Formats: sequence, C-alpha cells, structure tokens
Amino acid sequence: MQFSEQWLRTLVDPPLDTPALAHALTMAGLEVETVRPVAGAFAGVVVARILEVAPHPNADRLRVCRVEVGTGEALQIVCGAPNAAAGLLVPCATLGAQLPGLTIGKVAMRGVESFGMLCSARELGISEDASGLLVLPAETPVGKDLRDALGLDDQILTIKLTPNRADCLGVRGIAREVAAITQTPWTPIAIAAAAVADEARQPVRLTDPLACARFAGRVIRGVNPRAPTPEWMKRRLERSGQRSISALVDVTNYVMLELNRPLHAYDYAKLQGEILVRWGDGTEQLELLNGQTVTVAQDMVAITDDSGPIGLGGVMGGASTACSDATTEVFLESAFFPPEAIAGRGRRLNLGSDAAHRFERGVDYAGAVEGLERATELVLALCGGSAGPIEDHQLGAPPRAPVLVRPARVNRILGLQLAPSAMADIFQRLGFALESVGDDFRVTPPSYRFDLNIEEDFIEEVARLHGFENIPAEPAQGAQRALPLAETERPPARLKRLLAARDYQEVITYAFVPDEWEHTLAGVAKPIALLNPIASQMNVMRSSLLGGLLDCLRQNLNRKQERVRIFEQGRCFLRQGEAFAQPQRLAVLAYGSEAPLQWGTPARRVDFYDLKGDLEALVWPRRLITVAAVHPALHPGRSAKVLVDGLEIGHLGELHPQWLQRYELPGAPIVAELDLEPLLALPAPGGTPPSRFPTVRRDLALVMDEAVPGEALLAALRKVRPDVVSELGLFDVYRGQGLPSGKKSLAILVLMQDTQKTMTDQDVDAVIEEMLGVAAKQFNAKLRTQD
Amino acid sequence: MQELEQLVNAAGAEFAACDDSAALENAKARYLGKSGSLTEQLKNLGKLAAAERAAAGARINEAKSAIEAALTARREALSQARLAAQLAAEALDVTLPGRGLGTGGLHPLSRALERLTAIFASMGFSVAEGPEIEDDFHNFTALNTPENHPARSMHDTFYVEGGRLLRTHTSPVQIRFMEEHAPPVKIIAPGRVYRVDSDATHSPMFHQIEGLWIDREVSFADLKGVVSEFLRKFFERDDLQVRFRPSFFPFTEPSAEIDMSFGDGWLEIAGSGQVHPNVLKQVGIDPQVWQGFAFGMGLERIAMLRYGISDLRLFFENDLRFLRQFN
Repeated sequence: MQFSEQWLRTLVDPPLDTPALAHALTMAGLEVETVRPVAGAFAGVVVARILEVAPHPNADRLRVCRVEVGTGEALQIVCGAPNAAAGLLVPCATLGAQLPGLTIGKVAMRGVESFGMLCSARELGISEDASGLLVLPAETPVGKDLRDALGLDDQILTIKLTPNRADCLGVRGIAREVAAITQTPWTPIAIAAAAVADEARQPVRLTDPLACARFAGRVIRGVNPRAPTPEWMKRRLERSGQRSISALVDVTNYVMLELNRPLHAYDYAKLQGEILVRWGDGTEQLELLNGQTVTVAQDMVAITDDSGPIGLGGVMGGASTACSDATTEVFLESAFFPPEAIAGRGRRLNLGSDAAHRFERGVDYAGAVEGLERATELVLALCGGSAGPIEDHQLGAPPRAPVLVRPARVNRILGLQLAPSAMADIFQRLGFALESVGDDFRVTPPSYRFDLNIEEDFIEEVARLHGFENIPAEPAQGAQRALPLAETERPPARLKRLLAARDYQEVITYAFVPDEWEHTLAGVAKPIALLNPIASQMNVMRSSLLGGLLDCLRQNLNRKQERVRIFEQGRCFLRQGEAFAQPQRLAVLAYGSEAPLQWGTPARRVDFYDLKGDLEALVWPRRLITVAAVHPALHPGRSAKVLVDGLEIGHLGELHPQWLQRYELPGAPIVAELDLEPLLALPAPGGTPPSRFPTVRRDLALVMDEAVPGEALLAALRKVRPDVVSELGLFDVYRGQGLPSGKKSLAILVLMQDTQKTMTDQDVDAVIEEMLGVAAKQFNAKLRTQD
Repeated sequence: MQELEQLVNAAGAEFAACDDSAALENAKARYLGKSGSLTEQLKNLGKLAAAERAAAGARINEAKSAIEAALTARREALSQARLAAQLAAEALDVTLPGRGLGTGGLHPLSRALERLTAIFASMGFSVAEGPEIEDDFHNFTALNTPENHPARSMHDTFYVEGGRLLRTHTSPVQIRFMEEHAPPVKIIAPGRVYRVDSDATHSPMFHQIEGLWIDREVSFADLKGVVSEFLRKFFERDDLQVRFRPSFFPFTEPSAEIDMSFGDGWLEIAGSGQVHPNVLKQVGIDPQVWQGFAFGMGLERIAMLRYGISDLRLFFENDLRFLRQFN
C-alpha cells in the first residue's frame, strides 16, 4: 500500500514529523518500507509562462526565451530544451534558486545573458524524464512557487501490509489507525447522498450469500466520457502508484484507494437484461478487461447478464461491458464478496487485481452504499450526468459476534499487569464496541475488521496499542529441567568435529540436483521430481550426497585447489512405496595427496585405506568392516559396503573411472557415504581391571591365495581363544620375491595374556597351533617358512 | 721430592694434551701402569732406609692421588666434550614446519548453529528435527494456514510429486513434535528450508531455527527475554538492541517481527509470537491451560552478521578458500 503523506494528513494530522509518523506506523504493525519525497530538495522555482522563443544568435541548439514569472517584468532565459514553445507553462528557477547541487545565477551563454533556468522533471527530482521541460497543467497560476503549485512538499509512504489488515488498504483506514495509535482526532470524509435525478434502474439478482452477500448499484446517465481528471486527483492517484486513465476509471480507483472500496463501472448501454450473480458452472469462457480469457470455475463468482458472464466477481470485470471513451451511461457496482469466495482464485488464474487483493482479505460489508455515494458524487462533479436510485441487494452481513476478553488472560499471555481500564481505553480508541461483564469485557469488532474473531485477536490489539516496546523482556523463568544427555549417543556435531580434526572441510550443497546425477551415481531410474524446479539442473531431490561432493570437488579443482578433502551431512530422499524416506547421511571425499605438501614425508596419493582409516576413527570404539560390493558410482574392484556391528551403513570406494570425463575430473577421488543415525550410537562405557600377568607376543607370517579376504582370516583367528588373546593385528602384507605368484603373505601380531596365571610356552604354543589349524583348514594358509 | 712434583705436573700436562680417551689411557699407563714412572718410584721404596720409607711412601701415594685426580678430571672433561659434540651433531632446525595432516573445519553455518544450540541448551532448550519433504497439512493447514489463505502467497513453495512439498519453514516441526510430546515443550528445531526464490539476497535453500516453548505461564514477555538474551550472548554484545514490532503470521498471535541493531539501522532477523490457540488445539493441547511462544530465525542472516559475511551466496559456493577462513 502506497500513498501520499499529504493526503493522509488531510484526514489526520498528528504532531509528528514524517520519520516519527513512519516509526509510529511501523511499531503498530504497519511496516513502513520506504519514505520517498515526491521531488528533490529545491527552492526558488516558480511557475513561468513562455512568452516568446527566439533562435540563439551563436548556437544552433540553444534558444532565447522570454518568460513571465508573475513579477510584471519578462525575463530573458537561454534554454536548450527541444520542447520550449511560446504559451507553455514550465518551472523556472529564478536567480538565487537552489537546485540539487546547483545555485542559479546570472550567466552569459554563448554571448547571451540568461536570468534563470527552465527545468525538466529530472532537474527537480520529480521523475527521470529529462527529454524536455516539465510542462505544467494549463491552469497552474503563473508566478506561484512550484512546490506549492504542485504540492511537492510531500512524501510517498509505502507500507508492507500484512494480510490480516485489509482495513488499511485505503487511506481512510490508515488515518483511522493513525488516530488510534497517536491519539489524535481524525476527520471522517463527509459523503453526501446524491440527489436522484433519473429513474433508470438495473435489475440485479443474488443467488448465494457465500458468493456475493451484498450488491449495491446505480445507473448514471449523461456522463461526459472525455472529461478531464482534476490535477489534485491525478496527483493522489499517481502518488499511490496508479496512472490516470480517464475520469470515470480514475474515480473508481480513487474511491478504492480512499475508502478501500473496490467498485466496478459497467457500460450501461451494453448490459443485456438482468444481472445475475452466481457461482460459475465450470465451462463458461469470459474475456476479462485485461484481454485474458478465462474459464469461470465452479468455485468462482460469475457476474452474468443475458449474454452470459460479464465479470469475474471480486476479481475483474469483463471486456464486453467495459466502459470506453464513448460511454455516456454507466452502471456502478459496489458489492461485497466474502473473502472465502475470492481467496486464491486470482493466483490460480495467474491474475492479480487490486479488487481481488482487497476482497480476499476483506472489504467492509457495511460500506457498500457509502462507497457508491462517494463515487456518484465524484462522477457527477467530474463528468456530469444524472444519478438513478441506488438499489441495494443484501443477503446478510458476515457475523461480528462479540468476543469475551478477560483482562487476566490478556495479562497472562502478554506478561503484563495492565489495568482493565487501560485495555478498555485501547478498545475505545480502536472504535470497538464494548460492555463490561464482571471483570471482563464483551467486545464487538467493527465491520471493517476481519481479523478479530477470538480473544487472542484482541490480546494482540492490546499489545499493539500498548506498544510492544512497553512489554518487559523477562529473563526466562519457570522450572529448570536439565536436558537429557545420553552417554550412548552423540550429536552429529561431534562427528563433524572428528572429521574436521582429520583435515576434512565441511560443505553444504543443494538438496535438489540434476536428474543425471541420480541416474548415473545413485542408479536411481526414477528420482523424486520437483514439479516447479528453479532450474533444469536442480530438478530432482537427491538420494545421495555424492553428486554434490563431486561437483564441489570439480569446482574447487577449477579454483586451482590440488588437494580437496570435504564432507557433507544432510538429508537424502528415497522412495518408500508411496511415501519418502528421508535419512540423514554423512558423505566424505578425499582427493589429491594424502597429506598436504610437506618436507618431512614423501608425497603419495590418498587411497582407499586412508579413507577407511578415517571411517574407522569415526566409528571408534566400535569396529568397522568393509566387504567387497559394487556400487554404481564406484570402481568395481575398489568398492566396498561398510558394516558396523553387522549392520550395513553405507559404501566406501574409489570413483569409477567411467565417470571421470563426465564429471570433468582429472583423477578419481575416494568417497564414502554412510547413514548418520547408526554413527550416533556409542557403546555404554565401563571397565575391568587389567590382568597382572605378563603379555606374550608371537608373530605369524601366513601364506595364502591372493583371493582370501584379509578380514575373513583375521575374523576367524579372533575367534580362537578370545579369553587369552588380547590383541590380534595385521602388520604387513607381502607379495613378490620368495612367494609363488598368486600368493600373499600376511604378517600377524598376536598378544596373549591370561587373567589368572602367567602363560607358559606350552600354553602359548597351544593357542598358536590352534590358530594355524584354523588358518590351514578354512583358508588353506600355511606358515611362511624361512628359506 | 722435587722429582715427584715434576712427575705430577708432567702427568697433568700430558693428560691435558690428550684429545681422546685412547691417548689418555696411554698416558695413564706411562705414569700409573706396571712400568709407569710412579710405579717405578714405588718399586724403589724398598731401597730406602726403613726410617725414610714411610714418609717417602706417603709422598708417593700423595702424588699418585694427584695424578689419579688429574686423570679423572680429564676423563670427565673428554666425556663432556664428546657429549657436547654429539648433541651439536644431533641439533635440528627447530624452525621447520611440523609433519602430518592439516586441519579441516566446519562450515560457517554449522559453526554458528553449534554456538546457537549451545546457548539455547543452556536455557533448557533441546533439539528436535523434522522431514524436509513435508505434507501440506504440517507445513500450512495445521499451522492455521488453510488453503487459499493469503499468507500462503508469502511462501513460494516447491512442490514434489504426490502432492508433497518442500517445507517452506521449520514451523512444521512444532506440529510434529507436539503430536508426539505432551507439554511442557521446550525445543529448538534447526534445519534446511526451501522457497522458490533465487537472487543476490535469496537462496532457494536456506536454514531456519525454530524455537518453541509451551508451558503454563510462558508469556510474550518471556519471548522477548529469551530471544534478547540469546542475541546478546550469540553476538557477545551487551549493547545490542532488540526490537519487537507487530506483524502477522497465521500460527502466532500476537505476532512479532524481531529486529536487531548494533546502533545503525535495524535488521530483521526473526518472526515470532505467542502460539495461536488453533495450533495448540490442532495437536490436542488445551490453550486455556498451556501457552507459550514460537520463533523462526534465519541462520544465514545471523551468521552473516556474526562473521561479517557480505554475500549470502558464499555459503553455498563451497569455495574452500572461503570456508577455510572459519577453521
């Protein structure tokens, strides 16, 4: 909602300057977004009439004007504007005038003296138009200060109105609000009923109060369709963001802006028979004023006559009965459409209108005739004509039930100790009818307020008018309850900190991704699609975080980063029948050298086992196992599924070389993607005393087929005498010289310790024998003999 | 007499001239060995008259002690010199950089969120979560925003197949949490939200933090207190100004926008208000018994203010050179 401050001040003029007024509005919930002066800061500019325009003797593009500025003496002014012509009224900056960044003095221009400057709109900060002199309306008084003549000491206020405050979609409504919040009296707009001087009537029939509950109309005949719109009205319209179109249209717009009363003017001569207001039938086509043709749906209000639909009720009139510059008989409509009948319809048709914006938020039922009289008054004054009788069809006003407001509850919700009398005062300032009921009030909202239905609505009014800044900020009180802090759970932030400590950088990527990523990297044939994606490369929801990490890698390689280690935590989206599973995942990517370039360690590329080590640290103290498994994104010989405590929680591997070119990568990163939930669980801590008996160490070198998975062997050995084997670890893998091809040797450290006694050589040998037996039997593995 | 003194002096000089232990041991042998000078003297004792023998013996032993002391001192000196040489040889350039991995870090939004969560935890708020693909009911209807409500046009919603949508705010977590938990309720719910909007100051995906406190007496004054306290602690500025001004959200009443200022102009950072009774009724909570507030804060906005980040898009470009500055 945009309007002229001057206009507002004709209705209510609180003793506040513009910034203070804007602040008061903002703090009452009418947020003033911008305050913009209608003209630049200038002084000494008056209205001038050009008497004569003569060529400049020394310059083709300049001319010498003689102008009258009301002093009785003509001034000579040199001017370069192409539209300078005798008879025009234009702004003239006289000697000593102050313009933005400029003081006007007497100058000689190419040898001709100039006693002032004729101005364009841009030079005065009125608009961006610099094409020529600002031409003033014919009746502007010559010699008058331009600021007064055009009412330029004015600001345009733009309010970001919330949807509940429809009553402030008119200047009068804002004035009423300003009066209440600043406790200043306001001047209601005096509206006189026009004398009925014509008997013409337009029959109207309403069918359903839910579609249209009130329809007041009147015929005015003999209007002049080409009558000019007066300057004062044009100015108010323009400062409200409405262009002047014709006097008739301007009047309907003016009344809408003034009283928040949308009106429609039909060309009476084009109406055929009775106007019937009903629900649409879902088939009829209607061409609207803006040229758009729509189908009137069954939940839209159709204004019809014998020809069919002639308007979309509460949204926009139709083209067939629109007024033109040949219209001399008009039928004015001032109706009430319930918000529920209008809400969302315009949006569905991709159509915005000032009327729909107001009706869907709520227009005053009670003000229908008043608005019609106001429009009549203005039409008759501007365009002439004679008015027929008002016919007012009413099916009943929306209920305005009184609401019980309990001061004790008001104070309890707001945290105040406000006296009931102070609340009553607030309600009275707002024009609410109220009566006392014991300690409480019964308050009836006015017909123009659609946002006051329950007690809380009135609590908000008390808070607003009392002032939010006058409600204390209380330190949090109440029972102090400690937060549960399970020791067997950790927040995701702890995992992130662990990865950060291992030199990974967290990134955050979009959850919508190109469908191609889903097809190629996640193997999802039919990803979850967005119906209205913001871009074609962000058209589906991700089922994996890998695409985002690869994209992030590519972009950082383009930024000349050579070593990239990143991770992301976020939701992924998977189909689960008709529903969607939305697990949190954690994905990690490592690319480039294992360590940053440094002097003390030979450089090598990061590999599978580096990332596996990082994952092991992540799940520690639980054990992580990887088992060869294929994955669409990964190198089939270098990919594994990840298991923790027997539960599969994700994948780890090297990117499949086939994707390198497609994703513009010079080399394959190592990536892993894990479900977050299982990573958050920790074993319950607890401890037993360490054994007091000595530890015995034995090393085994076992030779076996290349194909034997190392973890399988270790797992089998771990099962042998767990009561005395305290640690079992792999410390070397050997292939090559001394071994047949296709064989490998695993060096395994075995630490043994009994809790009851010192182990003898025989005890130890027995354990080792048992292990060798298992190795031989299950894996055909033999002790590597020295040779 | 004089002879012994010369012998001691000679031994001392000779020992001092030895640069290593081998030379020193050779020198020792020349004085104290089987045929060393001093040993010869002892052997000659027998030739002396018995009366002189004791005194001479004592003098010789005295000289021997002196020589042995010189020897020990020299041994010690040589050993010290050896150690010093060894230590000198072992010296490192201690100024060289350390070895190993570097250090990564959290995204600045996570960093801000971690801080925020800790501050709210200290005021008794726990963390709740909810899905990002939401249904219309939880995102709008249950939040007192029925279909066709003009407030829906304030949210440009992404729609997903099957009539679902991407949540436009974290407020549906309020509903989901209260569906599962009886009051009192005291949570924050951080997470990603989505709106069809993309330009220099809007990202189609961003983060909000929802706050919800429902108890018997939680008032608008408590809302002001909790949020103001949080902001002052988060920004570590006691002079930070917080302003609540009336606004409209379908699911709160009274509703307030929260602005903050470091003294030069106001910045909008959150929407808030007392939870609307229709919302409480929707989840089976009696609004005459229970009441409280909710707020929704933009994480990007407060992180930008906290860390002096000028451009929202930096958060999602994932330029490592930018991100590393927050490590």
